[in-house]
Amino acid sequence: MRRQTTLLLSVLWLIAGSSCNTDQVGDNSRIEWIIPYKEGGGSDIWARFLAPFLGQYLPEQPTVLVRNVPGGGSLKGVNWFYQQAPNDGSVIGHTSGSTAMNYLLGDSKVAYRYDDMKLIFATPTGGVLYISPKLGVSNYQELDLLKGQKLFYGSQGATSLDIVPILAFYLLDLDIKPVFGMKGRGSGRLSFERGEANVDYQTTSAYLKRVVPLIEEGLAVPIMSWGSLDEEGNVIRDPTVPDLPHFLEVLAWAKGPEILETQEVKIWKSLFIAGFACQKLALLPPGTPDSIVHSWQEATRGLMKDPKFIDNAPKVLGGYMPIVGDKGEKLIKEALQIKPEYRQWLTDWLYDTYQAKVQ
Amino acid sequence: MFNAALEGLEIVLEINHLIFMFAGILMGLVVGIFPGLGGLVGLSLLLPFVYGMNETQALAMMVGMVAVIPTSDTFTSVLMGIPGSNASQATVLDGYPLSKQGQASRALSAAFFASMFGGLLGALVLTVFLVCARGVILSFGTPELFMLSLLGLSMVGVISGNNIFKGLVSCGLGMLVASMGSAPATAEERMTFSSLYLFDGIPLVVVGLGIFALPEIIDLLKSSTTIAQASRLGGNWLQGIKDAIKYRWLCFKCAGVGAIIGAIPGLGGSVVDWIAYGFAMQSAKDKSQFGKGDIRGVLGPESANNAKEGGALIPTLLFGIPGSGNMAIFLGGLILIGLEPGPAMAKDDLDISYAIIWSLALANLIGAGLCLLISKPVSQITRVPYPILAPLMIMVITFAAFQSTRDFGDLAALLIIGLLAYFMKQYHWSRPAFLIGFVLAEQTETYLYQAIQFYEWSFLTRPGVWVIFVLILFSTIIGYRYLKREKGNARASAFELPVGPELIFGGIILLFSTIFLINSFELTFTASIFPIGVSLMNLILLAVIFYQIFKRVPVLKVSGSFDWFPASAKDPGFRYYFTWWLGYYGLILLLGFFPATALFVTAFLWREAKVRWKTLTGIVLGTAFFLWILATFLKIEFPQSLIF
Repeated sequence: MRRQTTLLLSVLWLIAGSSCNTDQVGDNSRIEWIIPYKEGGGSDIWARFLAPFLGQYLPEQPTVLVRNVPGGGSLKGVNWFYQQAPNDGSVIGHTSGSTAMNYLLGDSKVAYRYDDMKLIFATPTGGVLYISPKLGVSNYQELDLLKGQKLFYGSQGATSLDIVPILAFYLLDLDIKPVFGMKGRGSGRLSFERGEANVDYQTTSAYLKRVVPLIEEGLAVPIMSWGSLDEEGNVIRDPTVPDLPHFLEVLAWAKGPEILETQEVKIWKSLFIAGFACQKLALLPPGTPDSIVHSWQEATRGLMKDPKFIDNAPKVLGGYMPIVGDKGEKLIKEALQIKPEYRQWLTDWLYDTYQAKVQ
Repeated sequence: MFNAALEGLEIVLEINHLIFMFAGILMGLVVGIFPGLGGLVGLSLLLPFVYGMNETQALAMMVGMVAVIPTSDTFTSVLMGIPGSNASQATVLDGYPLSKQGQASRALSAAFFASMFGGLLGALVLTVFLVCARGVILSFGTPELFMLSLLGLSMVGVISGNNIFKGLVSCGLGMLVASMGSAPATAEERMTFSSLYLFDGIPLVVVGLGIFALPEIIDLLKSSTTIAQASRLGGNWLQGIKDAIKYRWLCFKCAGVGAIIGAIPGLGGSVVDWIAYGFAMQSAKDKSQFGKGDIRGVLGPESANNAKEGGALIPTLLFGIPGSGNMAIFLGGLILIGLEPGPAMAKDDLDISYAIIWSLALANLIGAGLCLLISKPVSQITRVPYPILAPLMIMVITFAAFQSTRDFGDLAALLIIGLLAYFMKQYHWSRPAFLIGFVLAEQTETYLYQAIQFYEWSFLTRPGVWVIFVLILFSTIIGYRYLKREKGNARASAFELPVGPELIFGGIILLFSTIFLINSFELTFTASIFPIGVSLMNLILLAVIFYQIFKRVPVLKVSGSFDWFPASAKDPGFRYYFTWWLGYYGLILLLGFFPATALFVTAFLWREAKVRWKTLTGIVLGTAFFLWILATFLKIEFPQSLIF
């Protein structure tokens, strides 16, 4: 009796258990959005904001659930998504600027390629560089005065997204010493406010909320933005900070317009697009039928007209609207198809300057 | 400021606000009780609801939840020796022995009372300092943060028991384990063996569970009694409150320490309970009962970890930099409801800041009250025969560990750390010292590196550095004097034991340190200097320990035995129960969590607990129901089979 009941119970539970396991995939009313980062981070908040809107504008209005798969930066989640996610539209993915940096630098742990994942939409961000007033520089035309001063920049690491500002400093011949090991841009700003770092950048939304008050108190001086992209893929001034010149403007002013045609600047532009102008992507796995890609893109276009979305988007997306369709696709593919010699230059430069090895 | 405070109070006392706060509190209670869930899971569950709610309601709910988690996570720490969250690891040290003595409800009520007091003090600190905290926080530069990390490390002196060398090696081992993964400054891989799991380092939750829970469970199984070893549950909940009142100064001091450390961004919330514990121990005249069930060891960390959340709100609100793990999610929630934290929170938005503060205070009060209310019935769990409780606890630990990164690596790490901890416990290598080393390693390394980059060696001349240096000196002297006295006691009680097994254990640590040392030589100077330094320190100290073992220096006081093999017919030994555990994980890999748990719980209850089939049915069905609720309502993910 006892033995039989026990056996029966185990079998019952086996069945119940396996059914529990399977209903997590393949259910049409639930779509999983794989976020390769932890709960509470930038990408997580971004996805949790967008998910209900996307569901609402898809045919049959499924529930879009965020599922966090962190690990190895973002590599674990994105590798899984690229290699194993079903391509029937029941699972969508996400990559962020740092995922693209791993790819561009040729990290050996990367198992994904950008050219065969399908882009649903991309959301841009921007960045603003500012410096301490103690350096005696009030705008980009006086940047020469920085020479000979001790300049520190609090950085997350040379092979992270910070490669964009660090390469910009290099191109401007500014001898700014990055101090690595910061936990995020927030730590970098704290270091600036403490007076340890005297050069810093923040994404535009953090800049508007947290740096502009410092500027008003005379504690920070804005110099330039990283810029923004227009329809044709040209770098233009960032619309959220139109009074500030963008980096390429400043570079052309300092070194002459010829410099914009050099290999180094082209590399910077690739990194800038992957890290800022098309920073956060929503993707479908390789091999997804075009009809499914299309309905997701339509859903995105739909949510962009939703008044509730328009009201709330600036809080999370920082004043930029998603880029949908061919334009974004073309920009990203161009930026991420980095020439082997460019990659070589980049890894050599990182190693020579910072002994940073790409593993 | 006064007006804003009043306006804040008005917002809080609105009935709508109160209802949402209460909902948040209840949710916080539930996720707080389960180890491994805590704030991260709770707040990410709330986020979808938060979006679309009005500002103050959403805030009420989030604050309610954040406030009670460090209170309710105490249950498992005290009752079962399983750290309920990273914030209550130190509570295990004395809370759990109290439960074993049958004084669970005393320990719980003392903890809750201290939590409530700490939470209120944290809110008070916030109220007073919010307006002027900015300058104070900014005066803590990287040199001061480095010195504070050292201050935390100096607690190893008092915490490591009667052999300082073993304590230091344990601490060093903790630091080495924490150094596995990508190096903080250069992102180079250290001892990752190209595994993606190790790239991010082993999560603290897994280490905490392995260090405390696994050895306790196996030890208790070997004795096969109930958790409460006294025949009668003594010490009622009134006693606990009396204890808290008796040691009010200790609570006050520890809460103060908690609030301050919480307020300094970059130190991390998980050090707080350890520093408070060390502090409680240092300031006590008679330290002999610490680790064996001294109520002060519960009061200290518990008053500190609630006060910490108040303190941690300061950098979160003023700078948008989370002061603790919970705050990182809280910050995310703030952004979703459209509140961008920043300097404005202490100016234009001051009323909202005060609404948050008052909610925090009120939620602490209500949360602690609710916990007190249920503490008496819940503590009956310590009278359940342990073989019945054990499979359920093993299951809970397993999914708790798995929640940290949802990788099978979590389970492997849990087993390896647990194995290490079991032998550390046997041979009196301090496990708290290991955890302190683990928690502080990254900060020590990063801040030292950054301080040298920013200031070169002139950082040593900063006044703040000297102030903290004097504190470290004090802490070391107290630790030294304590050790000297302990040494005398140990001499009397030393006894002879075979030294072979401990030599093997020491040899394994030696091997690990050596491998780490060799591995580090391949890295750049920046990435390698810290692990090289720690490994070398370990090797030197191990040489001293080996000398002591050979010479049978009486201070060793080895009380455990090498019980890998069955000790007697009644006690099948460590290896037997560890095999059960391994078998369970094998089944998980094969079948997935649900079926494996069903089989494991059933088999264990049947073979080991020998319960009647009615009881068995009840327990198995109850467990299934519990897991179903977790999966359905809390959206908890469980390990899935690798094959199917």
